[in-house]
Amino acid sequence: MARVLSFLTRTRGNGAGKLHWTDWLSYGYLLCGVLLMFVPVIWLGLSSFKTEADLQRFPPRLLPMAQETMVLPGYDEPLPLYTITDGEYAGEVLAQVRRIGIIAQMVRPDAPTERLKVNIKLREPVEKFRLATENYTELFEKFNFALYLWNSVFITATATAIMLLVNSMAAFALSKYQFRGSNVVLGMVIGVLMVPQTVVLVPLFLISKELYLIDSLWGVIIPGAATPTGVFLLRQYMLTIPDEILDAARMDKASEWKIFWRIILPLSAPAIAVLAILAIMWRWNDFLWPLIVLSDSDKFTLQLALNTFQGDLNTQWSNLLAMTMLVLLPIALVFVFLQKYIATGIASTGGK
Amino acid sequence: MGQLVLKDVKKSYGSHEVIKGVDLDIEKGDFCVFVGPSGCGKSTLLRMISGLEPITGGTISIDDAVVNDVPAADRGLAMVFQSYALYPHMSVRQNLSFGLENIQTPKAEIAAKVDEVSKMLQIDPLLERKPKDLSGGQRQRVAIGRAVVREPTIFLFDEPLSNLDAELRVDMRAEIAGLHKRLGNTMVYVTHDQVEAMTMADKIAVLRAGVVEQFGAPLDIYNKPENLFVAGFIGSPKMNFLEGAVGTVSAAEFEFVPTSGPPFMLDHASFDIEAGMKVTLGFRPNHLAVVEADKADMTVSVRGTEQLGGESFVYSNTPDGAALTLHLSGQTSIEPGTEIGLSLDRALCHLFSTQTGVSLRS
Repeated sequence: MARVLSFLTRTRGNGAGKLHWTDWLSYGYLLCGVLLMFVPVIWLGLSSFKTEADLQRFPPRLLPMAQETMVLPGYDEPLPLYTITDGEYAGEVLAQVRRIGIIAQMVRPDAPTERLKVNIKLREPVEKFRLATENYTELFEKFNFALYLWNSVFITATATAIMLLVNSMAAFALSKYQFRGSNVVLGMVIGVLMVPQTVVLVPLFLISKELYLIDSLWGVIIPGAATPTGVFLLRQYMLTIPDEILDAARMDKASEWKIFWRIILPLSAPAIAVLAILAIMWRWNDFLWPLIVLSDSDKFTLQLALNTFQGDLNTQWSNLLAMTMLVLLPIALVFVFLQKYIATGIASTGGK
Repeated sequence: MGQLVLKDVKKSYGSHEVIKGVDLDIEKGDFCVFVGPSGCGKSTLLRMISGLEPITGGTISIDDAVVNDVPAADRGLAMVFQSYALYPHMSVRQNLSFGLENIQTPKAEIAAKVDEVSKMLQIDPLLERKPKDLSGGQRQRVAIGRAVVREPTIFLFDEPLSNLDAELRVDMRAEIAGLHKRLGNTMVYVTHDQVEAMTMADKIAVLRAGVVEQFGAPLDIYNKPENLFVAGFIGSPKMNFLEGAVGTVSAAEFEFVPTSGPPFMLDHASFDIEAGMKVTLGFRPNHLAVVEADKADMTVSVRGTEQLGGESFVYSNTPDGAALTLHLSGQTSIEPGTEIGLSLDRALCHLFSTQTGVSLRS
């Protein structure tokens, strides 16, 4: 912890604790970056705990606040509380029973039977900090959040696993075997890198349809199983593994499959971790292709489910924001975990 | 077990021929060293024997069985690589047992063999470490251990000591020679260092540009080099060469006429020559003696000296500029810039045809 702190507070190194102008500049720049990255996330996090009414409020406030209510005898619903600012009852806290035009019918909490008439301009709601956790709980009660989560997790995990396997096998062949046409294959892989995904969207859809992959989770997983980026990235990394190690394994009577599995894959771990992060982020956040392939709402991913909150006439912002928060969370955790793994991966390949 | 025979073995990459027909007969239990300058094809030849590199022509047989089409793993060989090629992600123990696991050896047997070999090579305290935590010499031992543990019929070494520092290299040299004595296996060892070749080998094959220039026991090669290349390559410092021609020839003696400087007499007995031949005279730096000018075979001007305490080297030039090295035991008072007279040991000189480079020894 102390090391982290000393790392974060490092200066240009005159040692006297005085800040050089470049320190001001670099910390200013870093602060700017942190704000740029973090403020939207923080705003999202705070807003996801606001009630629908609070979200609609203008001007918006930073913290989620809710009006205080009180249950009074003789009334079924909890009544909202107001502080009266002026007029006959100035300074008192009253509960509103109902509102007619600009006049509100209110009662004193200690005398709930006596109705008082107050102009709505002369009062202010009593508010306190409150987290609207119902935004989250409703997701599980009203929507089939667990199902969407499962669909997303299944697609992300399976697709990433298949993609890593397919890509690393292709990269192994392209980096370590000399065969006729290997350069042509590599050229084609690199060529595909230059084709935007949207260009192949229609042919991809037609092929998927012919293969009966439409409206199935596998239809999302399989078309993206081999990515040129992944093949290229892993190939470049595998080129750095010395051929002598493979020769040694061959002399040790290891089959080619075993060489791949026991030698190449462990030694490519840092590159594979990088690719895994990219793949997980891409799969988890993918919207367009699942939107095209999946039509049955039972098969929706979280991203598609998020989209359904946004109706033509009415958007349930509170739930939408809560769900966005939940969608963000796993990917952030994955990143934190795998980033650590990358660091150790790079460190462990220091040996000759 | 372990006889290795190469018959007219060839290798070409496209139209470029790198191994141009090699014939070798390596006896069982021999320590054979392939030596040659870099790029001579010695490592390629070793890889062809191992089976890692396919051969273009000829046959390789191990114990009378042709193994041309037998994959590397099934030839019963083990190889130690120049870069050691240890598996970086595995511990020393896993490195040693990987090969045995691949041939489905029972676990208890693997453990026993690994223990035995690691004790023999003194790497038993390192078994749980990763290669990156080992020193160069320790890695080298592990690489050798990985080869030994599989009990191969033939060991192949591809310049195994070239990454070690000088002191360690001497130690490991002795250790590999000791290992050969203890195990008694056939070993094929590739190096560009002729000191390694001379000290370790039973047989040396001197290679140049894909051709075996000479194959024989180290001292035979040193004493009777068959051509100019072998004469110049084996021996340190390099053999001195003087170009010239044969003058008058008698039964006992003949006259050697250098391209510059006065002619001098040499023994005829061991050479097959006739008058007028263009020849190159070869003599080793330690077969020269500094003498008075009137008794000298040649006079040279001293360019520089190197005093190592126990021995000294004198670098000089003949009148026509050819470099001559003189090796003296002990220390010397010869100063650079002076002229000295040299006489050579007639019994120990070599004579080669200038045209073909072949030795004229009869």
